[in-house]
Amino acid sequence: MKAIVFGGTSGMGRAVARRLVERGDTVFLLGNDEADLQRSAADLKAHHRTQADVGYAICDLANTQGFAAALDAADAALGNFDTVVVTAAIFASQEALEADIDLCQRLVTFDYAHTLVFCEHVRKRLLSRGGGRLAVFSSVAGDRGRKPVAIYGSAKAGLSVYLEALDHKYHAAGLTVLTVKPGFVKTAMTAGLKPPPFAGEPDQVARDVVRAMDKRKAVVYTPGMWRLVMLVIRMLPRFVMRKIGF
Amino acid sequence: MVGRGALAKSEPQLVGWGRIAAPGRELLTENLERSTVGAVLSRGLGRSYGDSSLPANPADKLVATPLANRILSFDEQTGVLRAEAGLSLAEMNRLFIPRGWFTPVTPGTKFVTLGGMVASDVHGKNHHRDGCFGAHVRRLRLRLADDSIATCSPTEDSDLFYGTIGGMGLLGHILEVEFQFHRISSPWIWMESERVGGVDEFLSALGRAAGAFPMSMGWIDCLSRGKSMGRGIMMAGRWATPAEAPSAPPVEAKKIAFPVELPNWALNPLSAKLFNTAYYWKQLRRQSSGVVAPDAFFYPLDAILNWNRAYGSRGFTQYQCVLPRAAGALAVREFMQLLTKLGGASPLCVIKDCGPEGKGTLSFPLEGTSIAVDMAVAPDLQRIIDSLNEFVIAAKGRIYLTKDRFTRADHFRAMEPRLPAFLALRDKFDPKRRLRSAQSARLFGDKA
Repeated sequence: MKAIVFGGTSGMGRAVARRLVERGDTVFLLGNDEADLQRSAADLKAHHRTQADVGYAICDLANTQGFAAALDAADAALGNFDTVVVTAAIFASQEALEADIDLCQRLVTFDYAHTLVFCEHVRKRLLSRGGGRLAVFSSVAGDRGRKPVAIYGSAKAGLSVYLEALDHKYHAAGLTVLTVKPGFVKTAMTAGLKPPPFAGEPDQVARDVVRAMDKRKAVVYTPGMWRLVMLVIRMLPRFVMRKIGF
Repeated sequence: MVGRGALAKSEPQLVGWGRIAAPGRELLTENLERSTVGAVLSRGLGRSYGDSSLPANPADKLVATPLANRILSFDEQTGVLRAEAGLSLAEMNRLFIPRGWFTPVTPGTKFVTLGGMVASDVHGKNHHRDGCFGAHVRRLRLRLADDSIATCSPTEDSDLFYGTIGGMGLLGHILEVEFQFHRISSPWIWMESERVGGVDEFLSALGRAAGAFPMSMGWIDCLSRGKSMGRGIMMAGRWATPAEAPSAPPVEAKKIAFPVELPNWALNPLSAKLFNTAYYWKQLRRQSSGVVAPDAFFYPLDAILNWNRAYGSRGFTQYQCVLPRAAGALAVREFMQLLTKLGGASPLCVIKDCGPEGKGTLSFPLEGTSIAVDMAVAPDLQRIIDSLNEFVIAAKGRIYLTKDRFTRADHFRAMEPRLPAFLALRDKFDPKRRLRSAQSARLFGDKA
């Protein structure tokens, strides 16, 4: 694979990028902090058995105007990428989002609208070269309207629906779209929240995601247990959802 | 601080490996440089047994480092690695053993971070030859108590450097570590083990092994008395030559997780005795040798994740001391006798021949014999540890802070002539004693 990892400097993106590099795939990093990109590129180089260099370019979810240039840089470094993984997103607790309307607007804009715009850029490029793989981190939070993730979950719900439709529409044309739905994963993003049962580790998520990409799956829940958890949650009647805090 | 069971479930708490809890929380971060501002202690994978990585006060800001785990540079020619302090030894082994490099020093578990290895100045089976981990560190990057950043090395701010090595994280938060790997001849270990009948025989076998092998240690059955007191199994090894090594690299064995916390009575004198007898006679032949995987040689206990649950909710500690060579074999025998008499013995008792003292201001090992023994928390534990400490003070030995939870401040002062030098460093770099742990409050009298 010649893979872009947007958000590959931290959390689950870091774990996915390492996993790809360790098995010999070529990776190009996108992120919004140059010093951080530099450190992650060095880290990926050390994880590669023959210490192949890893390239990077600045790409910020806040700035949709920069997407094309970032993808150009990746194309130049990789010689036309065939795989794109998107883990970049922002996260905030429901309380923080309710208290800060600007943060709320930013989160919904970045995690839904701007992520979608990025995917549109990627879709066009991949289709123009006969297809490829797009794996985007949505969330189990998008599977049902729930109290603790009302706002964040709605952005992820929109993203999940878009990704599903992308799969329906372009699968035949060679575009494989994977919607990744992590449950609670212990990363710096969720630091300070109390981990529920079945909380996952970034490495475990990376393993599940890369395997799902290899098998050209359309949806992956990770850790796998969350598929069952969300199945139950989706079936609960409204009057129950109003009562429970989950 | 109390056994885990006694704290309310809803109250956030932290535990060391001995599972004795303290109220408090840790902040998981990928960015140590940002997160250590205003923090009073950094904590890695929480493998120190006692209260070294626990907060002195529940409101203290503790930074958890394991996600700050990036490798910043690795030179394939020289084997010099620089990384963020949260990088684990397990990860380094996974990545670099296949490439022919190994950490210069490894403790008995690989679930430790680089920062923890420096702060504890860990020692291993090769101490008699290679010293502690700190002897192989080239440079450190620290966040000091005044929130400034400092780099130090053996030649640049060397007082800060050697104070940090074995300094239990009390002089500064360790952000980055640069150290020198060792070249290994294959990814396998050539191991020889020998059943040894008693304590004197043990010490001479350890001495012999230390001359012939770069790595050695022994497991002692400290429950047996009389003639067979101090019987056990001595293990020595070296990296296998390419000719001895199997052609395939070792595969990582699937780990078993200890599924539940055992009831407190499960580990009792009878079950411990049974375990020890079985373990001793597991080695039927007097001597055996062969090629084993590094994990089996260095980290036998890591094969069972969460083995610390075997001690139940009461928790446990490990008493580890070193008795100087000058005190002789007699001191070791007397120590074993005292241990048995006090009833402090448990299945896990490890003995090791240590080489000369390193340069870390508070670093643990000194030339002599190190003895480590696990002990479940019990009403008379404090009395047992006080008695052992009195013996160690008289023998001019010392204890290992990384394992300690129960040593009294006056005992620590009596056994640690280097303490004033360390406190002088704290006066210089942290006069207000902003950096602190539950252990430093207990032993150095830091305000909680």
